[in-house]
Amino acid sequence: MAVIRDVMPAFELFQPATTDDALALLAKYGSDAWVLAGGLDSFDWLKDRIKRPKVVVDMSQASGLRGIKEVNGGLEIGAMTTLTEVVRHPLVKEHFSLLAEGAELAASPQIRNQGTIGGNVSQDTRCWYYRSGWKCYRAGGNICFADTPTAINREHAILDADRCVAVNPSDSAPALIALDAQMVIRGPGGERVVNAQDYFVGPDINIMRMTVLKPNELLTAIRIPGTWGGAKFYFEKIRDRQVWDFPLVNVAAAMKVSGGKIDQIRIAVNGVAARPLRLTAVESAVIGKPADAATGEMAGKIAIQGAVALRFNAYKIPLLRNLVKRAIGGVQEAAWKS
Amino acid sequence: MEIIEFARSPWGQDVPIHISFTLIWVCGIAGLAFLIGHAIYVKFMAKPEEFEVTPPELAAKVPEKIARHSLVSRLFHWVMAAAMFTLLFTAFLPKVGFPFAWVTYHWMAGLVLTASILFHLIHANFFLDPWAIWPDKTDIEDAKRRLLRARGEAVPAPRKFAKYPMENKMYHMIIVLTGLSVTITGFFMMFRVSTPFFTRNPYLFGDMTWGWMYVLHGLAGVGLIALIMAHVYFAIRPEKFAMTKSMVFGSIDREHFLEHHDPKRWVVTESSK
Repeated sequence: MAVIRDVMPAFELFQPATTDDALALLAKYGSDAWVLAGGLDSFDWLKDRIKRPKVVVDMSQASGLRGIKEVNGGLEIGAMTTLTEVVRHPLVKEHFSLLAEGAELAASPQIRNQGTIGGNVSQDTRCWYYRSGWKCYRAGGNICFADTPTAINREHAILDADRCVAVNPSDSAPALIALDAQMVIRGPGGERVVNAQDYFVGPDINIMRMTVLKPNELLTAIRIPGTWGGAKFYFEKIRDRQVWDFPLVNVAAAMKVSGGKIDQIRIAVNGVAARPLRLTAVESAVIGKPADAATGEMAGKIAIQGAVALRFNAYKIPLLRNLVKRAIGGVQEAAWKS
Repeated sequence: MEIIEFARSPWGQDVPIHISFTLIWVCGIAGLAFLIGHAIYVKFMAKPEEFEVTPPELAAKVPEKIARHSLVSRLFHWVMAAAMFTLLFTAFLPKVGFPFAWVTYHWMAGLVLTASILFHLIHANFFLDPWAIWPDKTDIEDAKRRLLRARGEAVPAPRKFAKYPMENKMYHMIIVLTGLSVTITGFFMMFRVSTPFFTRNPYLFGDMTWGWMYVLHGLAGVGLIALIMAHVYFAIRPEKFAMTKSMVFGSIDREHFLEHHDPKRWVVTESSK
């Protein structure tokens, strides 16, 4: 149902200079408003006439939401900071290279120049049934077109599906979860801070949203504590095209190892469920064990417990298993260097 | 406001998909308005109920306590009530701003409700008087008399009730309709989600049939919001509270019986003492 992909529809454009102004606009226009960050997810929706907001609130002029600063040994990244700025920032590269790698593997250089970290974590799913405008569960309907006996669902979920089998496509999200990041949200009631892993919601909780952001709220910043600074990191993304594609599956791990054994670990994956998943069962199982292939193999088997394949995505189960195995056992060899 | 939402199917057909969820608020507000209106009417406008007098010789035979609901009936009622509340909360709380993982709890409560209804059908039809809850000719004549007397017309006083007042019987009929609607549609809708019982089959029916099934499920569901509100309201009204107590303890006392019930229409036997 995609039409006139190169022409923007009519809407009223606002470019607030502050978060307060933006929130006032969201309060005023409610569900008629659409928040635009880098525009890379938004423009598809708008040009295809699938989403038809009357008002677009473009956050590009809100300079207070841009930039990276050091806070108590950690970082605070404005939501409007571009992915390129994240990738190139010296503190990110030096202490939190996991995020730099995840962000650098997102899309293409041009897109990373325009796309923001806030937009990357808040982007909608790429399920083509949904994005083509079919009235599926996620669009307010009563069916998942990707989970029917004849559906084309190679990129869809193997874990935590609940009616909808769409997946979250963000590359920076699992890295932020592995770094124990916190998402700073502002709304009419003030500021609230949620852990990165709780920022994302699955279809069991809210089938029409990917995050806990309410329509009148804004993600303003992402805080990364110093906890995992300098830890051993592993990020790997598997995609169909190596130059520019969404992940089929990606994995992000932060690990502290002493005496060859894993002291602490955070591991998260994306592309397998409607939200990026922190693999807490894997974390618990590998603590105190050597960071080697045997532990990785055990971790991989735990990671895929409960996985259910659809018609065309069974390959994701061994893919997830092997990525988790490599994240645990191959950290030394695969450490990313910018 | 549209009552039913439609969508274009992959075959280019406009099919219903569900009710407008604004109806949740419409039914909630309608239910509340009814309660307030009824409370005002009873407090300020209603005339005292007048019934035919019970002959003293019949009244003398009525024991101190009269069994109204057996233990089995009471258990059924409270199990059904728990299932119904679970269904309403799991269905509508996420729609009004309290998101949680509701689907599994919803169909589990639905199964409990379905099982309790099946049990009730067998129990009521084979172990109780199945006609006691359905309006009879006397109920309809007396309802007419009550209505005319409320309008000030000189008609004979209505007779007292049989085991169940006319309002109970009317409510039961509406609950039968809505309850069967939600359980039958809900049973088929379980084929749309993953459960341990069936293999998912979204193609069990065509888009149009599925759509109307969702609409009927939704209409009956939001209707139950108002119906349950009314039920709870009447359960806690002072003049009805004796009946509510009987749903806990099983019996009503002689005074309440003689005030509202006709010993000729509700024959108290030894077994009910």
